[in-house]
Amino acid sequence: MAAAPRARRSPWLHPAAKPLLFAAALLPFAWLFYAAATDQLGANPQEHLIRSLGDWTLRLLCLTLAVTPLRVLAGQPALARFRRMLGLLTFFYASLHLVAYAGFDMGLDFAEIAADIAKRPFILVGFSAFLLMAPLATTSFNRAIRALGAARWQALHRAVYLVAGLAILHFFWMRAGKNDFAEVFVYAAILGGLLGWRLWRRLRAPQLQPG
Amino acid sequence: MLIRTGRDGFHHPVAGDITPQAVYQRRRELLKLMAGGAAGAALAGWAAREALASAPRPNKLAPLPGQPSTVPGAATMEKLTSYEDATSYNNFYEFGTDKSDPAQNAHTLRTAPWTVEVDGLVKKPAKYALDDLLKLAPQEERIYRLRCVEGWSMVIPWVGYSLSKLVERVEPLGSAKFVEFHTLADRATMPGIRSSVLDWPYVEGLRMDEAMHPLALLSFGMYGEVLPKQNGAPVRMVVPWKYGFKSAKSLVRIRFTEQAPKTAWNKAAANEYGFYSNVNPDVAHPRWSQATERRIGEGGLFAKRRKTLLFNGYEAQVGQLYAGMDLKKNY
Repeated sequence: MAAAPRARRSPWLHPAAKPLLFAAALLPFAWLFYAAATDQLGANPQEHLIRSLGDWTLRLLCLTLAVTPLRVLAGQPALARFRRMLGLLTFFYASLHLVAYAGFDMGLDFAEIAADIAKRPFILVGFSAFLLMAPLATTSFNRAIRALGAARWQALHRAVYLVAGLAILHFFWMRAGKNDFAEVFVYAAILGGLLGWRLWRRLRAPQLQPG
Repeated sequence: MLIRTGRDGFHHPVAGDITPQAVYQRRRELLKLMAGGAAGAALAGWAAREALASAPRPNKLAPLPGQPSTVPGAATMEKLTSYEDATSYNNFYEFGTDKSDPAQNAHTLRTAPWTVEVDGLVKKPAKYALDDLLKLAPQEERIYRLRCVEGWSMVIPWVGYSLSKLVERVEPLGSAKFVEFHTLADRATMPGIRSSVLDWPYVEGLRMDEAMHPLALLSFGMYGEVLPKQNGAPVRMVVPWKYGFKSAKSLVRIRFTEQAPKTAWNKAAANEYGFYSNVNPDVAHPRWSQATERRIGEGGLFAKRRKTLLFNGYEAQVGQLYAGMDLKKNY
């Protein structure tokens, strides 16, 4: 009879888990803000800021997409509570990544930015990924889900798989100049694994609701 | 009308519009001559001290002072990049592709003993010990702009002498049309060599007239000290009007050839990195514009990019080398 209370006290379900995870996910932002304010971003602060924010966008995207597999594999339905929060945090870092590029690197020179997007495929791809994320972020509220209807909402939010693909392509092209793909492959493997798991699950049991 | 335009001489939108340092220095020399005698001598000493004082002396490495160079264009008056930035933000792929890798990994490089082989189409091929190279000509301090093909730039006080001094010493044959620079490729001490990013050893090259231009610098030091390992110790090229990668580091061989050298970056991506690689705001890199650059260490996060100057601002000095050439084809 001791099993039930122990399960309720499981750390996965602790009420503080969500705010703690939220705070942890904001730590990189807090650090970068502090480092920028105290001139600790190194020789090329613009570049450092853009790259760090891009890295954290990718990391949070991986975490967001890991929620459903973890929920199913660990048998912890409560984990679903983290998904929307992590998705919105991913969008938060993607927005800062874009702001750092357009604001700090390009000095908000929109003609130059437009030329850059047209000239550099990797920027076009990154920008497309951001544009695709925006409707997902703006329809993440309960009322939007109700307005769209669950099926349409879910179809729309499957665009996150496209976002993941574009994000990897963006990163790959960025590193292509140096032929240095080690990190790109790590993220591609993680995201590929997370998407592959969903595909495999869907093919194996098409009657199950895809996560 | 008192409407000021960009042409009335009051506005200096680009640094190149400002009186060239050489002209300014010549005026100062004249003033010093006019001051005459003891006052002149005192002023000369003061001027030399001023040049060195402008370079922060971290005193971590052996000092290598140089007299201020009198070569036209050899001393930009722009603000120096900090020693810390210039030695921690480097491209030296033999030690890794990340900007911070060279500073972290280059300590394994052994710079003594060091020899540079000078051979190919020359009357007097020779293997120079570093000490002999150091003494071959008087060391000069030159403050050059450095523009990386990636779109950032620095201002660095180098110490060295014109490559032409060494070229004259080995007496190239009439058939020598190009100079090839070979960088050390030592698998044991250079972790980057294991990667296949480039075809090692790193090879760069210049046309003979480019190599003979007084601005083409054989450099042994910076900021009044010997070169740090991550900056290409113990001896490197500095070609200020070309993108940074043309300036090969840690040289072990200089070879004179009839054919244009097959350079490392040209072999890796011929459509992106041509043989000339002159800094040119009008010829975009296939993947990005070269119209502007980020000056490292300038004004922090809110600093704007600068407009890039043709030949990195050395057009007055080197423009004639490319007269009649289509710079869009010969990029």
